[in-house]
Amino acid sequence: MTSIDTVEALLENNEALQAAKTFLFQLADDDYITSFRGSEWLGLAPHIEEDVAFSSITQNTMGHAVLVYQTLEALGEAEADKLAHARPAGERLSSVYLEKPNGPGTYLDEPHYDWALAVIRLYLYETWKKIRLQTAARGSIRPVAAAAEKILMEQPYHLAHWKMWAVQLLDSTPEAKERLEERIAEAWREAGDMISFGGHGQTFLENGVTADSEEALQLRWLEEVRSVLPAPAELPLKEAGDGRRKEHGSDLDQALKTCSEVFTSDREAVW
Amino acid sequence: MEAKKREVLEQVKKVDDPELPNVSVYDLGMVHEVQVEESRAHVTMIPTFAGCPALDFIKKNVETAVRELSWITGCEVTFSFNEIWSTDSVTEEGRRQLKKHGVAPPPDEYTPGEEWQVDCPYCGSAYVSMENVFGPTACRSILYCRSCRNPFEAMKPVIRDKTLAR
Ligand SMILES: [Zn+2]
Repeated sequence: MTSIDTVEALLENNEALQAAKTFLFQLADDDYITSFRGSEWLGLAPHIEEDVAFSSITQNTMGHAVLVYQTLEALGEAEADKLAHARPAGERLSSVYLEKPNGPGTYLDEPHYDWALAVIRLYLYETWKKIRLQTAARGSIRPVAAAAEKILMEQPYHLAHWKMWAVQLLDSTPEAKERLEERIAEAWREAGDMISFGGHGQTFLENGVTADSEEALQLRWLEEVRSVLPAPAELPLKEAGDGRRKEHGSDLDQALKTCSEVFTSDREAVW
Repeated sequence: MEAKKREVLEQVKKVDDPELPNVSVYDLGMVHEVQVEESRAHVTMIPTFAGCPALDFIKKNVETAVRELSWITGCEVTFSFNEIWSTDSVTEEGRRQLKKHGVAPPPDEYTPGEEWQVDCPYCGSAYVSMENVFGPTACRSILYCRSCRNPFEAMKPVIRDKTLAR
């Protein structure tokens, strides 16, 4: 496959451009909603050191979303801020599993968030994020690979953090183990869209956005998470919907409304 | 032209990290390239961590500093993700100034899960422990010196992915 080395060259090749953009939107939209759900935990994490760590990860994850939205802006999409805050749920490609609320209640009113959900979801997501970044970094579209490489240099800290939590909780009390196992079972019903390219896997591969097939990446993910978690041998289902195909529930609307409140309050303001 | 470039670079060198007075963005290894065309300058910078909220401030401060040159009519500052910031990019002066702030310069290589190889910026002891990999900003961690009993921060190294040949 001939490589595409510059933004200009990519803009000349419409098929590769569309494939690259879809891949980047999936990545950025996932990081955006993950960062939002993470920000809701601020001040509520199990202990103060964890609060510092989690908020640092959350902020850096939003930085990754910004980096990818900026890459999209350079590829002819709207300004990064607008891509982040002004797109309705129906245009988003984020995974519905990542959109799921942290637990009953809201940030301001009786937040009974579940740490087991946070640990399992973030461990599963960060593992997938690493795998999808690695394949893009080895792909043949340089502007996409460059963004992936940059994020890959920071993301291992995030993954290591959630892996540590998962391993330690699985090895602690029976209650902790049981609660994690419930969230694992839930993830295997709902996280199918997270590890999917939404029907674009073949196009990504043919255009060099990714260096591996979607199936190979999914199996790599399954193998890696099963080396840490007691999880089923088959891939997760999509019982909660398929965000990659723009099927979202009301959770995303609610999240976007909250997260974009400041932006929407004055769209002309310069931050 | 070379003289003009040098003048611009001298201005850029005056810009400090917003959180670390006297530690210049130049000494942190964030300045990649200065280009001058007639009376316009273009400074390409490398972010340390992508999630750094200070990038916009740094950009603005670099622009302002360069525009102080009387012959400059325009200055553009961009952050490039094509260049990779690394531990080696921090200059000797940068390392010296970081220590004055109680921040240990980044170690050479770090694999998540393994111990850090940094020395206490106050007493130089290697008898230190990691308190929190995640510090007050994305690029810093919190450690504790068991010799002089001071908490301190260390700049986090970035990680090279093993699956990528570079
Ligand atoms: Zn010491």
